[in-house]
Amino acid sequence: MGIQFKQETFRDDYTFSNSPEAIRRFPFPFDRDEYMYSVNIEQHMPGPPKSYVEFPIDIDEHYVSEMRDRAIVLKEDPLRCQSLPHMLPAEWDLVELLMDSMSKHYPEHFQLTKDGDRWHWVNQPLGIDQTFTFGDTATLPCPPMEYITRQCQGDFALLDQRQDNLWMDAGIVTTQADWSLDFDIGMNFMEWHGPVPIAHDIGVFDRALKFLLNLQQGRPVRRLNWTMTINPRLDTSPENYHKWGQEKATVTPENVGDKVHLRVELQALWRLPRSNAIVFSIRAYLISMEELVTIPKWGRRFPRILKSLPEPIANYKGLSRYREMTIDWLSKYDDGQPTSPGFFPD
Amino acid sequence: MSGGVEILVRVADIEQATATVRRFTLAPLSGEPLPVYSAGAHVVVTMDDDGHRIRNPYSLISRAQDGSHYRIGVLKTPNSRGGSIYLHEKVCEGDELVITMPVNLFPIVRTGRKHVLVAGGIGVTPIYAMAEELRAASAPYEIHYAMRDASCGAFADELVEMHGDKVRLYRDDAQEVIRVDAILPHQPLGTHLYVCGPEGMIDAILAGGRKAGWPVENLHSERFLAPMGGAPFSVALAKAGITATVRSDQSLLEAIEEAGVDAPYLCRGGACGQCETRVISADGELIHNDHYLSDEEKASGAKIMTCVSRLKGRELVLDL
Ligand SMILES: Cc1cc2nc3c(=O)[nH]c(=O)nc-3n(C[C@H](O)[C@H](O)[C@H](O)COP(=O)(O)OP(=O)(O)OC[C@H]3O[C@@H](n4cnc5c(N)ncnc54)[C@H](O)[C@@H]3O)c2cc1C
Ligand code: HEM
Ligand code: FES
Repeated sequence: MGIQFKQETFRDDYTFSNSPEAIRRFPFPFDRDEYMYSVNIEQHMPGPPKSYVEFPIDIDEHYVSEMRDRAIVLKEDPLRCQSLPHMLPAEWDLVELLMDSMSKHYPEHFQLTKDGDRWHWVNQPLGIDQTFTFGDTATLPCPPMEYITRQCQGDFALLDQRQDNLWMDAGIVTTQADWSLDFDIGMNFMEWHGPVPIAHDIGVFDRALKFLLNLQQGRPVRRLNWTMTINPRLDTSPENYHKWGQEKATVTPENVGDKVHLRVELQALWRLPRSNAIVFSIRAYLISMEELVTIPKWGRRFPRILKSLPEPIANYKGLSRYREMTIDWLSKYDDGQPTSPGFFPD
Repeated sequence: MSGGVEILVRVADIEQATATVRRFTLAPLSGEPLPVYSAGAHVVVTMDDDGHRIRNPYSLISRAQDGSHYRIGVLKTPNSRGGSIYLHEKVCEGDELVITMPVNLFPIVRTGRKHVLVAGGIGVTPIYAMAEELRAASAPYEIHYAMRDASCGAFADELVEMHGDKVRLYRDDAQEVIRVDAILPHQPLGTHLYVCGPEGMIDAILAGGRKAGWPVENLHSERFLAPMGGAPFSVALAKAGITATVRSDQSLLEAIEEAGVDAPYLCRGGACGQCETRVISADGELIHNDHYLSDEEKASGAKIMTCVSRLKGRELVLDL
């Protein structure tokens, strides 16, 4: 049967929207009515059929359009994709992880055949048919990480592990929530997390780092993170702040439902076999307020989250300007009834 | 499964490499290729010696290109409580063993400009794999390998064959010792040193490195005597009214789950705090292995993180 890929945009006329099925499988990140930073790491185990965690790498109806958007970003700004020379083995590890996973779980769209190091990769939605030698960069049209991540939803960072720390030594970042690979490249875990408020003081990063240093091959983990975005724009980068920053001012009480989006990142981490590096995937999902309230439990819960969100976190996430307007708009969907525990719709 | 994913293997070949070292070729039972790993990694081998469960880590020497086998090398340890003796005396070709996914606590630092590999005795196993990885990557390296006498030379012959004049051999019986003060001073800036072997040798090499003014970040070692798992103890779950035994190869959380109690967890790695459980009483000493509780909380003995921590003693009573 396969996925019906949509044709839509994440810029200019913003034609992006979610089908009812995509809404139901949206990774709503709140299991209670309040939010605080925590080490919310769990094992990346297969979830229920059709859920966003059914497979380790989630491909959905937005795939083709997201890949087109990535190509536009890379064309305008090649520095969104960078890799230090010692990360080449990790790049190949990533090729293997993504090709294996995509072809195994979406065989109607992606096929991989291996004859020793001779690999044949077919990506039907993007019309790609490539034979190459695994481990030989010259046999691909571009470096391995860039090659495969131009064909996989989500941003990726490759972290080298040394001196009991993780170093962001490679990555492709075109769908980020206001941070910059070009700025962070070569930094360690504590350095790139520097701007985050509160979490350092409550020990979140110390614990998370110690946990990740022990991450084992074959036992990936995941967590959810969230923020908000005006208009369904994937590329909310500091590099392009001049393009999207001003859109925050366009929110009015009338257009909240359409313009304001909850943006959730499914972040998964794998220990990579050849390089002993870690790959961090950041898969962004967008949902408009209009779409969100079609799930009554989420419509009740989300305004409560926004009301109780600590000021420093709201400021850091950049949503202070339209927070009140959004709460007002959402409050008609909150009848004050208790919400059931857990993430999923009732 | 706190030890990670398990892989069933068959002993495809046993080779008496020296008088005291055997090399085992392990092939996957499933026929699926064995996982790729980075040099310096080990697997934990589970052995069942007449109902007595032994779990020992062994470094991976090599993997067949197509993943059809791994090789490990095992020294017959005097005064052994079981593992190495079992592998030497009881395991035959065709036998089945259980291994974990590879874990690397002794990785090559990829930003290093050059790599000095130092091995003593059985400590050659991870060094052997590292040398091969560096050769394949065309990175600058040199190998120093100390052994008792020429009869210990199975690894030496192969190292010389593969790495030629990059290898320097030292024989105890010829009074040849690895001279740190001779090796270290002439290395280019940004060189990393890796040592694996007997305790005394590791200590001497590391001390030599520090004395030569090397940054500690550039000195790496692996000791084969790291403590693993823990002793068994009993756990009583007060609310559930159940008592269970926590085996040595099991975490407290796993034993609780096995007893049929649905205890909280998220990360299973001592970081998230989800499995925090109140201790009602402890007949023994709590061994806190988590990163979550503060030092004061650990000292108070009032709480335990069931996913990684345990009791050294007889019985633990929990509020579960
Ligand atoms: C990361 C890692 C990698 C390793 N890689 C290898 C490898 O590649 N090859 C290899 O041969 N080994 C390797 N080892 C060591 C291996 O795991 C075992 O420790 C070794 O084989 C001895 O196991 P055993 O069960 O025979 O001996 P054990 O019974 O565990 O005894 C180990 C040592 O403790 C001493 N001992 C025994 N009982 C006592 C006691 N009651 N009190 C005090 N001391 C005691 C013994 O004299 C012996 O020297 C590695 C260890 C680690 C941590
Ligand atoms: C190792 C892989 C990781 C990478 C590459 C990464 C990267 C980042 C980056 C680039 C930011 C934005 C910082 C900025 O404002 O410039 C961020 C924010 C953050 N990270 Fe991570 N991170 C990783 C793992 C984790 C883990 C395991 C946790 C677990 C607690 C975590 C918690 C957070 C939090 C709470 C924020 C603030 C997010 C917000 O409020 O929107 N990160 N991370
Ligand atoms: S389950 Fe996370 S600390 Fe124990």
